[in-house]
Amino acid sequence: MLGGKRVLDGVDLHVPATGRVGIVGRSGAGKSTLLSLVAGLDEPDAGEISIGGETLPAGRLARCALMPQRDCLLPWRSALDNAALALENAGLPRGEARRRAAPLFARLGLAGSEQLRPAKLSGGMRQRIAFLRTLLADKPVLLLDEPFGALDAITRAELQEWLADALAAEPRTVLLVTHDVEEALLLCERVLVLAAGRVVAELDVDVARNAPRRGVVTSPAFLELRERALEAIG
Amino acid sequence: MRRAWPPLALLAALVGLWELIVRAAHVPGYLFPTPSAVASSLADDSGLLGRATLVTVREIVLGYLFAVAVALLIAILLHFSAALRRALLPILVLSQTVPTVLLAPILAILLGYGIEPKLVVVAVVCFFPIVVNAVDGLRSADPELVRMMRTLHGGRLAIFRRVELPGALPAIFSGARIAATYAAVGAVFGEWAGSSAGLGFVILQAQPALETARIFAAVLILSALALCLYALVTLAERLLVPWQPEAHHA
Ligand SMILES: Nc1ncnc2c1ncn2[C@@H]1O[C@H](COP(=O)(O)OP(=O)(O)O)[C@@H](O)[C@H]1O
Ligand SMILES: [Mg+2]
Repeated sequence: MLGGKRVLDGVDLHVPATGRVGIVGRSGAGKSTLLSLVAGLDEPDAGEISIGGETLPAGRLARCALMPQRDCLLPWRSALDNAALALENAGLPRGEARRRAAPLFARLGLAGSEQLRPAKLSGGMRQRIAFLRTLLADKPVLLLDEPFGALDAITRAELQEWLADALAAEPRTVLLVTHDVEEALLLCERVLVLAAGRVVAELDVDVARNAPRRGVVTSPAFLELRERALEAIG
Repeated sequence: MRRAWPPLALLAALVGLWELIVRAAHVPGYLFPTPSAVASSLADDSGLLGRATLVTVREIVLGYLFAVAVALLIAILLHFSAALRRALLPILVLSQTVPTVLLAPILAILLGYGIEPKLVVVAVVCFFPIVVNAVDGLRSADPELVRMMRTLHGGRLAIFRRVELPGALPAIFSGARIAATYAAVGAVFGEWAGSSAGLGFVILQAQPALETARIFAAVLILSALALCLYALVTLAERLLVPWQPEAHHA
C-alpha cells in the first residue's frame, strides 16, 4: 500500500538463479514498485519475497543492485566516479575503484567522458553510466528499471546486444522493466505483463536467439509473442 | 563584474549628495562629517586605524572559523541523532532570543579582557545561521539517491559522505554567507564589553572626544571587512561546490 492505495495485488513470481524475466506494462502499472519490493527497499503489506532463501529486507538489499528509472547520478561526482560508486561503497580505495570501472567506458561508447560531471552529459550517456554503476556493484540479482529508455534506437540495440553477451558470459538473475515489448522479448526468457498491479499475462519466450537480431524480430514466433504481449497491455 | 556597476554608481551619487548637503547646510563636522573629512581621517589616522583593524580582523577570522567548526560538528551530531535533534534544536532557536549585546559583558566577566570573549561573541552570532542551514541541508538529501546508495553497498557512513554531505554544501554555504555579514558586528560588541584595542575600541574612544569622522572611518573599515569575508566565503563556495552552475547568491 502506498499512500493508502493498493499498487500491487497477488503478484506471484518465481525466477531461477540465472533467469531473466521481463516486466512490461503501462506507466503506473506498478513495475517500479515491484522492483523496490524485491530489492528490499520496501516491504510488502502481505506476502513474502525470498531471494536464495533470504526473506529479510537487509538480506535482499545485500543481493540486489537496482538501476532506478531516474538515473540518480551524483551531480558532484565525475562520470567515472559515478560508475565506480558501488566499488567505493564496498570499501575499495578510490584509485582501485576507478581502475576497475575505466575499461568499461570504451566498451559502452563512453570513452572521453570519464572526467565530466553528469550535468555535462546527455541523457543517453547518463543512463549508460547508471547502468555501468549497477553492473559494477557485482550483485547476483540485477533489477533494471527501464535501463535503455533514454537511448536512441541504434545505441539501444547495441547495448541490448552487449548486455546479452555480458549475461551469457557471467549469468545473473535479471528483472528487466521496460516499456519496450520487443526489448523484453529479446533479452528475457519470460515476460510478465503487469496491468493495474496484477499480472495479466505470462509469456515464455522460446525463440532462437542466436540468429541475427533482424531475423529474430521478424520471425513468426516472435511476432506472435509480441502481439500477445501488446494485447495484454491493453 | 558588470553587475557591480549600478550599485557602485548609485553609491557614488549618494556620497556626492551627502558631501553637498552637509557643506551647504554648514553642519559642524563633529555632528556629521563630510565624506571628504572621513577620507582625511582614514589617511591621518591610518596608523591608529591600521593597528585597530589588525586586532579586529584577528577576532573576526578566528571567531568565524571557530563558529564554522562548532556549527558543522553540532549539525552532524544533530543529523545522526533524532533524539538530540528534538532536544537541542528548540533550545538553539530559543537561545537566539538572548541579545548578543547582553551576552558580551557576561562573557567579559567570565573570560576576562583578552581575545577569548571576543572570539566567543563572534562565534555566537555566526553559529546559528550555519548550524540551522547545515541541519536542513543534510536532512533534505534526495531520498531516491539514498535508496540508490542502499542497493549499491552504501552503508550509513557512505550515504553521509557521498550523498548527504556534498548535497548539503550549498545550504551550508548559504548559512556561512549570512554568518559572514554578522561577524564584524559581533567583534565590535565584544570589544565594547571590555577591551583596549580594535575598531570597536577606537569608536568607543572617539565618541566622547567628538572625533566623529574617525568613527565613520572605523565603521567604513568594518563594512569593508564584512564584505571581504563575504567575498572569501563566496569564493570558497565556487571552489568547493563546482557542480552548481550558478549559485543562488546576490
Ligand atoms: N510513494 C507513493 N505513494 C503513493 N502512490 C504511489 C507511490 N509510488 C507509486 N505510487 C503509485 O503506484 C502506482 C504504481 O507506480 P509505479 O510502480 O511507479 O508504476 P510504473 O513503474 O509501472 O510506472 C502508480 O499508480 C503510482 O501513482
Ligand atoms: Mg516506473
